[in-house]
Amino acid sequence: MFEKLDQIFVTLKHLVLGYVPEALQPLVSAVLSVTLILSVFPGIFAIVTIFERKGIGRIQNRYGPNRVGIPFTNIRLCGFGQFIPDGIKSLTKEDIVPRAADRVVHFLAPIVMLIPVLLAYAVLPFGRNMTVADFDAGLLFFFAVGGAVEISVFMAGWSSRNKYSLLGAMRAIAQMVSYEIPLILSAVTVVMIVGSLKLVDIVAAQNHYTFGIAHWYVFTPWGFVGCILFFIASLAESNRSPFDLPEAESEIIAGYFTEYSGFKFALFFLGEYLGMFAIIGLGITLFLGGWTSPVSFLTWIPSYVWFVTKMIAIVFVFIWIRATLPRLRMDQLMNLAWKLMLPLALINIVVAGIWHFMGPDWQRWLVCAAIIFGAYLVLGRGLMRHQKLGKRTYRYAE
Amino acid sequence: MSLPFLIIAFVTLFAAAAAMSLRNLVHCSLAFVVAFAGLAALYLNLDAQFVGFAQILVYVGAIAILIVFAILLTRSGDTPNEAVLAPGWFYGIAVSAAVFTLLGWAVLSSSALPKEVSSAPQTTVKNIGEALMNKYVLPLEIIGLLLTAAMIGAVIIALREPGKTKMEAGELKIDKTAPPSSILHPPSSTALTGGHS
Amino acid sequence: MSPLQGCLLVSALLFAIGFAGAVTRRHAILALVGIELMLNAANLNFIAFWRYGAHPEALTGVMFVIFSIAIAAAEAAVGLALVIAIYRHYKTSNLDEVKDLKG
Repeated sequence: MFEKLDQIFVTLKHLVLGYVPEALQPLVSAVLSVTLILSVFPGIFAIVTIFERKGIGRIQNRYGPNRVGIPFTNIRLCGFGQFIPDGIKSLTKEDIVPRAADRVVHFLAPIVMLIPVLLAYAVLPFGRNMTVADFDAGLLFFFAVGGAVEISVFMAGWSSRNKYSLLGAMRAIAQMVSYEIPLILSAVTVVMIVGSLKLVDIVAAQNHYTFGIAHWYVFTPWGFVGCILFFIASLAESNRSPFDLPEAESEIIAGYFTEYSGFKFALFFLGEYLGMFAIIGLGITLFLGGWTSPVSFLTWIPSYVWFVTKMIAIVFVFIWIRATLPRLRMDQLMNLAWKLMLPLALINIVVAGIWHFMGPDWQRWLVCAAIIFGAYLVLGRGLMRHQKLGKRTYRYAE
Repeated sequence: MSLPFLIIAFVTLFAAAAAMSLRNLVHCSLAFVVAFAGLAALYLNLDAQFVGFAQILVYVGAIAILIVFAILLTRSGDTPNEAVLAPGWFYGIAVSAAVFTLLGWAVLSSSALPKEVSSAPQTTVKNIGEALMNKYVLPLEIIGLLLTAAMIGAVIIALREPGKTKMEAGELKIDKTAPPSSILHPPSSTALTGGHS
Repeated sequence: MSPLQGCLLVSALLFAIGFAGAVTRRHAILALVGIELMLNAANLNFIAFWRYGAHPEALTGVMFVIFSIAIAAAEAAVGLALVIAIYRHYKTSNLDEVKDLKG
């Protein structure tokens, strides 16, 4: 029963494919998978925008949207229908292009943003047997298409002919290039241990249980550090607070999409959130066991439910961080990436090698944890040497 | 000669030609990105998956960004008004046309090329990794050394000339009459005032 | 025309385009871009010969292209740093105007 529920999408797809002539089957199969992704993830996006506004509202001691429910009825749904009027508004707003803008590039930028983000979903395993394209070099594909986002950000910033747009774009590119290195290096440790770039293999390698607890890589010393580094870097890659300098509204209006309105703005918004979901999905796959269950007695819950649950949980942490932490300064941002995260990620690769060659003894836990802790202490102290951390004092206007 | 190959080849060549012939440097760099993405698609078409993805990662993700930064740092993002071609451009194009003719003639008339099409080779990333770590480990180390040296060299070259502050180096001249620096692309004066005058 | 010849022709044309651009354009960055195009034309040849050659399992062409991509990245970094240094010194990045031997 539960196994059937787990494989329901796969079974349905095979059922539909049975009615299609042999020659068209690859095409129809691709179209079905793409349709599912294109309907599910924008749907999650719509819910998450409301979730975020309400969550931040609650954290900041206010209500957030709580009026709109199902249109033309009195059902309010705690305001979770807000995305419908929001969507209609952004679709019907006037599309303004600045007179000095480079029209072609200005038009292409949101499209160039959205396409690679959607392509990245092709390699993510959403559940058991649920991967659209199981490339041999899946992880490399994910990072490769991620690189195109930087180009689109530059296109948007440059073509608007607005100094705030260009400043935002340059900040965004500098930030993304810097944080891509710890992102990839922390993923390399998993590749070293699993011995494959295939994301399906990576999930399969974590799908074992000892004493009822799953072998997720976050539960190992190197995986724990890798997971934290990946998490911070993915916050920065998706331009989320506290790394939201590229769109710091108090300094540069909205960064590279200052000059976008209406539907194109909605595309940027969608692209940004879908990019965030994709990179969270990758982080889940690498360190948090993908679609596997954390404890063995819950394995009956369908695999895709686990995937989406983990994703929503991490999105909630993202929202929580956004409402809690202040924005970093540019030099702090670069210091964090190049002086702390990059050396730590490199040391983590060495630690993963030690872990692999020490064999399945208990000593490797001690050795690896000690190296990482020592490295963290040295690097952290080195970074904080010139900063006085004392009691925070406030000055009031008198 | 399959249809996908023809389409990708056409897009790649068209984008390469655009990258070399457009007037605005930023447009050139964007066309360059398309050309390299097209080349990556050609590699994928030739069953070289790892190389194709690596091409996208390096060229689109890194080199294109470097080029864009260089364009903006040398303040050449605006469409130039003067000639973009060097004085002897005719000879350059003639030589390149001659090169292409010669290469094309050699390719089409050669009898050394294998005529039959072999089936797609079964290479996995694992094979490539094992080859890199065993047979090609010395080149790999040398590449690592080269990249490190190139990185340090690039940093040293691009550093400010020693002994000069920003002001002395003439980068921070405060000149109220000069137009604002074009790195920020002020709209051209016609675009600003055209509608109101 | 066999697929191999098609690849070689595309690569030859790409090389010619890159060469023409590198020789005729005045801007230093575009000369670099032209050199990158020529390098990539050579890479395409390696992949084509690997794919349609006699011993694809030897991976020679793939290895060559991987190293070539790494070298191209190093070359681009140093080249663009040079362009920036030249711009800082001469206040121009047109190759024709950079002709003094002594600063």
